[in-house]
Amino acid sequence: MPINSKIPQGELSKKWTTYKSTCKLVNPANKRQLEVIVIGTGLAGASAAASLGELGYKVKTFCFQDSPRRAHSIAAQGGINAAKNYQNDGDSTYRLFYDTVKGGDYRAREANVYRLAEVSANIIDQCVAQGVPFAREYGGLLSNRSFGGTQVQRTFYAAGQTGQQLLIGAYQALERQVALGNVKQYSRHEMLDVVIIDGKCRGVIVRNLVTGELERHFGHAVLLCSGGYGNVFYLSTNAMGSNVTAAWKAHKKGAFFGNPCYTQIHPTCIPVSGDHQSKLTLMSESLRNDGRIWVPKKQNDTRKATDIPEEERDYYLERRYPAFGNLVPRDVASRAAKERCDAGYGVGSSKQAVFLDFASAIERYGKVEANKQQMSNPSREQIIAMGKEVVKEKYGNLFDMYAKITGENPYEVPMRIYPAVHYTMGGLWVDYELQTSVPGLYALGEANFSDHGANRLGASALMQGLADGYFVIPYTLGNNLADDIRTKAIPTDHPAFEEAEKAVRERIEKLMSIKGTESVESFHKRLGKIMWDKCGMARNAQGLKEAAEEIKALRKEFWNNVRIPGDINEFNPELDKANRVADFMELGELMCIDALHRSESCGGHFREEHQTEDGEALRHDEEFLYVAAWEYKGESNFELHKESLDYEVVHPTQRSYK
Amino acid sequence: MEHYNMNLTLKVWRQKNNKAQGKFETFQVKDISSEMSFLEMFDVLNEQLVADNKEPIAFDHDCREGICGMCSMHINGRAHGPWHQTTTCQLHMREYKDGDTIVVEPWRADAFPVIKDLVVDRTAFDRIIESGGYISVNTGNAQDANCLPIEKQQADLSFAAAACIGCGACVAACPNASAMLFVSAKASHLALLPQGRPEAKIRATNMIAQMDKEGFGSCTNIGACEAECPKGISLDNIARMNREYIAATFSGSNE
Ligand SMILES: Cc1cc2nc3c(=O)[nH]c(=O)nc-3n(C[C@H](O)[C@H](O)[C@H](O)COP(=O)(O)OP(=O)(O)OC[C@H]3O[C@@H](n4cnc5c(N)ncnc54)[C@H](O)[C@@H]3O)c2cc1C
Ligand code: SF4
Ligand code: FES
Repeated sequence: MPINSKIPQGELSKKWTTYKSTCKLVNPANKRQLEVIVIGTGLAGASAAASLGELGYKVKTFCFQDSPRRAHSIAAQGGINAAKNYQNDGDSTYRLFYDTVKGGDYRAREANVYRLAEVSANIIDQCVAQGVPFAREYGGLLSNRSFGGTQVQRTFYAAGQTGQQLLIGAYQALERQVALGNVKQYSRHEMLDVVIIDGKCRGVIVRNLVTGELERHFGHAVLLCSGGYGNVFYLSTNAMGSNVTAAWKAHKKGAFFGNPCYTQIHPTCIPVSGDHQSKLTLMSESLRNDGRIWVPKKQNDTRKATDIPEEERDYYLERRYPAFGNLVPRDVASRAAKERCDAGYGVGSSKQAVFLDFASAIERYGKVEANKQQMSNPSREQIIAMGKEVVKEKYGNLFDMYAKITGENPYEVPMRIYPAVHYTMGGLWVDYELQTSVPGLYALGEANFSDHGANRLGASALMQGLADGYFVIPYTLGNNLADDIRTKAIPTDHPAFEEAEKAVRERIEKLMSIKGTESVESFHKRLGKIMWDKCGMARNAQGLKEAAEEIKALRKEFWNNVRIPGDINEFNPELDKANRVADFMELGELMCIDALHRSESCGGHFREEHQTEDGEALRHDEEFLYVAAWEYKGESNFELHKESLDYEVVHPTQRSYK
Repeated sequence: MEHYNMNLTLKVWRQKNNKAQGKFETFQVKDISSEMSFLEMFDVLNEQLVADNKEPIAFDHDCREGICGMCSMHINGRAHGPWHQTTTCQLHMREYKDGDTIVVEPWRADAFPVIKDLVVDRTAFDRIIESGGYISVNTGNAQDANCLPIEKQQADLSFAAAACIGCGACVAACPNASAMLFVSAKASHLALLPQGRPEAKIRATNMIAQMDKEGFGSCTNIGACEAECPKGISLDNIARMNREYIAATFSGSNE
C-alpha cells in the first residue's frame, strides 16, 4: 500500500487556511445522523468529543477510569506552549514551528507542525473562555515561563497542575454536551477491538469493567485518543493504567504504527528507590528554569551536597551547552545525566542520580524581593526567606510532592533526579487529516505519531492534544464524513461485530484458563527490564536483537504461565491488566525491530554506534529522512513502509544547543 | 533519611460486589520498606494474595501522583489517612512502625455505592458537573485571552478552588456525607472569574439541586471536609456558594 499523507498543496503557511476553506462540510441535519465513537477522554478525546457534540454529531465517549476527568492528561504539570508573543521576546508562529521541528531532530512532518503552531494561540483563548485559571501577573494579564529547547517564554501554566486545569476545562465542556444529549459517556469501559466493515472502521467492542460484559457499539467513525505507551517499560511517569491496547488492536486490524521506537526519556524524575517501585514521579521541566543541575567534580564523592564547595561542582549542562544551559531539550539533558552517572559521578545511595539545585535561584529571587520592598540592608537570612517564598509560589506543589516521596526538604538540600520514561513520540501513523491507514479510524493526541518527530519539546503535548481535538478534527472529520451521509447506522448483529466480539471473548477465556503460577505484575516487570536495558536511553544492534528474542520468549511464557485470579464476569483489575500487558509484549518486539532498523541516532533514539565525537546524536539523513510506518502481517511479522519527509522550508542540520 | 523495614497487620474491607455483604479480613505483610508508598504496600499484599491463589484486593488508583483523584482509602478512620493535605497514593510508609495495625475501608456514603472491596462508584460527581458545572461556551472564535485581564488575587482564588481533584474525601469525612465542599469548589472556581459570572446563580442552583437528588447529606458546618481534603479546599467556598444560592432564591430568577 503506498503511503499518502494527504498534505495540501501550496505554501506551508497557507496550507491549513486553504484546507479549511475548501474542505467538505456536513449540514446540521445530516450531522445528527452521524455517529462518532471517541476512545479516551484525555485532552485529545475530551476536546474532540465536546467540539463534535457541539457541532451536532452523535458522540459516544469511553474511558477506563471512573470519570473522564481522571485521564492521564490530568497529571501534566509544567505548561502548554502557544505562539502568542505576549512577552514581546521575538516569538511567532514560525518560531514555534521551527523550534518544534528542530527539537524533534528533523523527523517530523513540516505541514503538521506548522498547523500546530498556527492553532496554538487559539487554544489559550479557548481555554480562558472556558474558565481555565492560568497563572497571571499583577497587571491581570497571563504569565509565561520558559521550557527546554527554546529561547523565548511561551509556556502558559497553572501552578504545577496545568494538565488538570486544561482537562477540567475540556471535561466541563464535555459534560455540557452530555447534559444536552449530544454525547453519551461510558466510564469504566475498555475498548478491546475495532470493527471493520467493507474496509472501513465502523465500531468497537468494549468491556464493561464493572460487570465484565462485552458490548458492541457502532460508529460512522472511530477516534482513538487513548494516550501513549510508555508503560511498556513498566516504570514510567505515566499513570498506572496507561496502555497501548486500543492502538495495538487498531494496528492489528490494519492501522500502521509510526516510529514505535521514538521514546522520550525525561531528565528530571525522582530516582528509583527500590524493587517495590511501581511508578516514577516527574519533577516538571519548568524546574529547569530556576534549578541548576550538577554533580561533584570528584568521582564517588559521598559528601552531602551542601558540604561540596562551589568550585568542586560540575554544572555539566552549563559547561557543555552554554547557549541553552539547563534548558537544553530533554533528550540532550537525559543523555548528559546518564553520561555523568555512568562515568562514576552520580550521587545518592544508588549513584544513579544528579542534583537539581535551587540555592542560587532562592538567593536571586530573595534579592529581587528585597529590592522591590526597598529594604536597605537585608540580612542573608531575610533574603533566603523571601527567596524561598517566591520559589514556593512558583513550584510549591512540586516541592511538596518531592518531600512526601523522598522525605527530604528540597528548600534546604538539592533534589536528586534521574531520567525516566515519560512520553512516546511514536504512535499510530496518521495522515494530515489525522486518519490512520484504516479509513474511518482516526488517532489524536499522544496516541498518534504526528508532530514531535524523534523528540518532543516540553509543553507541546498538551498543545498537540488540544489542537487535534478542538481545532483539527472538527474540520477533517467533516471532510470525510461528508461522503458517508447516506450510510445508515449498521446494526450490531452484523457478522463483523459478531466475529470481533467472539475473538475478544476467546482471548479473555484463554487468559483466564491458563491458571499458571506467575502474576501479571511480575511479567510486566520483566518486560520492562528488557525494554529499559536494551531499548532504553541508549541502544545498540546487539542488544536490540537480543531484546526482540527475549520478549518473544517472555510472551510464550506469559501465555503458558500467567495467573489471573477472579472471574470474567465481575470487576477484575488483574484481568484488565493482563489484557494490557499481553499487548505490551507484542508492541515491545516491534519497538526493538524499529530501533534496530533505524541505524542512526536522532532525538530520543540514541544508537551507540552512531554518535559524534562529543557524544551527540548522529543522524543519517540520506538514509533515514522518513517516517517508519509498520504494517502488521501476523505474529512477529511487520512490513516497513516509508513516508519520506520532504523539508521545503527548514533545512535539517546537525542540532546544536551550544 | 533513615530507612527501615516493618511487619504490619492490615484489616481490610472485602466486599464481592454491590449486592454482597462486606466484612473485614485480616492480613499480615512483612518486610515493608519505609520508602514505599501506601499503595506500593498494597501492591506487595496483592502479589502475596495472587501467589496464594487468592483474589487480590480491588482498589482505585491511577496517577499515583496525587492529582487524578482516583485513589480513595479510608485509613484508620481518616479519609486518605493521617497526612495533612495528602492523597492515599502520596502517603508513605515512613508514617508507620513495626507492629502497627492499619484498618482500611472504602469511602462510606449512600451516594457512593461500593463496587468491590475498596472501590466505590463516584459517578454522582459527574452528574453534578453535568447539571451546570461549566461555562456555556462553544469551541472556536474565543476573543484574545489577554482582552480579559483578571486581578491576580481573584485568579489565584479561583485557582485555589479549581485545585479540587474530585476524589470525594470530603463526602467520606462528613458525618452527613454531604458533598458541599466539592460542589462549592467547582462552583467557586467558575463564579470567581468574570467569564463565569453570567451563569453563577443558575449554576449554583442546579448543582445544589442535583447534589440533593443524588442522595448526599446536608451541610451542618462541621468542617471535617476541609480538614481531610487533600487539596486544602477552603470552607470559604461553601459560604460563597451559599450566598450565590440565596441570591438566586431571592431574585426568584437566574439573571
Ligand atoms: C507526569 C507527566 C507530566 C506531563 N507534563 C506535561 C506538560 O507539562 N506539558 C505537556 O505538554 N505535556 C505534558 N505531559 C504529556 C501529556 O500529559 C500527555 O502526552 C497528554 O496529556 C496525553 O493526552 P491524550 O489526550 O493523548 O491521552 P491521555 O490523557 O493519556 O488519555 C487517554 C485516555 O484514553 C483512555 N483509554 C486508553 N485506552 C483505552 C481503552 N482501551 N479503552 C477505553 N479508553 C481507553 C483513558 O481512559 C484516557 O481517558 C506530561 C506527562 C506526564 C506523564
Ligand atoms: S473538595 Fe477536596 S476532598 Fe472534596 S472532592 Fe475536592 S479535593 Fe476531594
Ligand atoms: S492515584 Fe491519582 S490521586 Fe492518588
